Amino acid sequence: MKKATHERVAIEVSIAISEAARLLDVDVVSAYPITPQTHIVEHLADMVNNGELDAEYIPVESEHSAMSACIGASAAGARTFTATSSQGLALMHETLFIASGMRFPIVMVVANRSLSAPLSIWGDHSDIMANRDIGWVQFFAENGQEALDLTIIAYRVAEDKRVVLPAIVNIDGFTVSHVTEPVFMPDQASVLEFAPHKMFQMLLDPDRPVMMGPVGIPEIYTEAKMALDIALLESRAVIDETFGEFAKVFGRKYSAVEKYKSDDADIVIVTMGGISETAMTAVDRMRKRRKKVGLVRLRLWRPFPFDDLRDALKKAKVLIVFDRALSFGGCGPVASEIRANLYNSKLKRKPPVFSFVGALSGRDFTADQFAELVEKVEGYIKKGILPEYEIVGVRE
Amino acid sequence: MKNVVGLDVFAIKVLPKSENFTSGHRACQGCGPAVALRLISKALGRNTIIVNATGCMEIIASPYPHSTWRIPWIHVAFENTAAVASGVESAIKILKKKNKRFTDKGKITVVAIAGDGGTSDIGLQALSGALERGHNFIYICYDNEAYMNTGIQRSSATPFGASTTTSPAGKKVKGQLTWKKNMPAIAAAHDIPYVATATISFPLDLFEKVKKAARAEGPAYLHILAPCPTGWRCDPSVCVETSRLAVETGIFPLYEVTNGEWTLSHEPAEFKDVREYFKLQGRFRHLTAEQINFIQNRVKDDFKRLKKLCNMLGVK
Repeated sequence: MKKATHERVAIEVSIAISEAARLLDVDVVSAYPITPQTHIVEHLADMVNNGELDAEYIPVESEHSAMSACIGASAAGARTFTATSSQGLALMHETLFIASGMRFPIVMVVANRSLSAPLSIWGDHSDIMANRDIGWVQFFAENGQEALDLTIIAYRVAEDKRVVLPAIVNIDGFTVSHVTEPVFMPDQASVLEFAPHKMFQMLLDPDRPVMMGPVGIPEIYTEAKMALDIALLESRAVIDETFGEFAKVFGRKYSAVEKYKSDDADIVIVTMGGISETAMTAVDRMRKRRKKVGLVRLRLWRPFPFDDLRDALKKAKVLIVFDRALSFGGCGPVASEIRANLYNSKLKRKPPVFSFVGALSGRDFTADQFAELVEKVEGYIKKGILPEYEIVGVRE
Repeated sequence: MKNVVGLDVFAIKVLPKSENFTSGHRACQGCGPAVALRLISKALGRNTIIVNATGCMEIIASPYPHSTWRIPWIHVAFENTAAVASGVESAIKILKKKNKRFTDKGKITVVAIAGDGGTSDIGLQALSGALERGHNFIYICYDNEAYMNTGIQRSSATPFGASTTTSPAGKKVKGQLTWKKNMPAIAAAHDIPYVATATISFPLDLFEKVKKAARAEGPAYLHILAPCPTGWRCDPSVCVETSRLAVETGIFPLYEVTNGEWTLSHEPAEFKDVREYFKLQGRFRHLTAEQINFIQNRVKDDFKRLKKLCNMLGVK
């Protein structure tokens, strides 16, 4: 493939995502309004009604129906797109398992937002963490360029013959979704050559009748679920391959786990999503003060990049995992995953994992606060304290 | 609203011989909904896609690796049948337009099928949305008047007085306390091209209504009474007879609403006593004379009201 051309534009991230769906020539968009996702679907409706995107826009009456209509459309062979947030994702919950169980390559953008009660429209990762186990490929974008790129990558991965699974691109509500950023907008021919519409899912066809979604008796259920799990695990290789191909055509290289000044770091912070950029600023400041602090960001949440993460963390003496969600009475969900991952690793000296939960519901968590976290952890280490988890940035 | 064109005269002899809902499925003896689906699938023909809600007709037809349908069929969940059908219909439309699929297929009929619970309770929102958006599809509710698949629990379509496992005939409360939800009228209130009621004891009427629904340009809603001997506590051999008595007593009137015009399909010359319908079924066994009188009067009143509607809004 030849290199893509691009135009550098200033664009709201939500609009950039809808533009990605247009470049990908999606056939069916089925969506229901919910803050902070609305700008994405509004712009898609605009493009359909202005004749810029040849697609059916189904203005459904709920998110449950949004995902259900995507499933029906995908079963009939359409390239489908939807977007949601928070309560909307929670309402979809049931159908998300069905979309992956029936192997439909639907792509959804989730503008991550907190869950009620109390009702809050602002961003954190509570919504997606409650949907961790749905069997979808799950990416986290940190900025507008990544949101656009990962949407393109998501379609190519989801529709790959070796995968055939739905995929989610997570973006932080407001702090990513509503920000106007400079973005390299690629040309459509390159996008379609990189991610042409492929239909390897089972299809509804009167000439070749099949029954889709039958009853799975206990004799078959485990095998069906294992097949899904194998597909999700094997998508890891396809994702890496796609990141590589993407770099060749579009010139931006992504990886499942991104390292930032972490190779020689004693203390490594682990983050996911838009707050990673704040953490990078914090790392830079601490480095200036000769503190050996680094950052590791997870771009891929499912399938979990076990090996890459272990490799990225192998030299760290102390880990600080910052979660924007909480498993109540448990721990930060990313922290618990990393603890389990390290426990099962062959590392001789396993670093302590400090789990911090913060920046809930759009509450600011600044670079200075990251620096304070590091100091706090240094204090804990001196005193020999390792809390299960701690909620930070709380008013006393 | 678009026209629902044409009327065909059918006789049992000229019904298609091919079966699209085949034998060997796992329905109970005397299953009314299975009879309904066999007839419906004959009327639809093979250029059809079925979207089936969770329920009896889904599980009896699809235990993997067995299949009963010779028509492409998809089941997703319980409450979202109309939404899934919306997706299928929209996809067919756009893929044809973009020359990606179905280009040589002619009109593919998209049919959503759900029970009374999947329609008038948990699936009502998705159904209302799909009817309002005007998708070109048929929604078929096979009404066996309770959640039979999970073991005879009451739904909003369970008739007044009927005993179910969640509206049992107790010492103080005698069965279902509410009147059956008027689902066809709710569908008609969406101003869609075609709404009809039908039942398995009038097979030609049912067949013709499915054909009309398939010709409608826009959403069509069919409400089909399909007795469940297991849940109604009647002998499997009287399933069809029970369905006929429901019409002849006026309990389940047959009518259609075509482009807003209400028409009775069948008016019994003389209404039978509701007791004749009740006596075949164990679910009404406990009814007191007072309850039966109440039902008899309400049935008469409801029929009168329906007739008034047909006179007022019928074909001039």
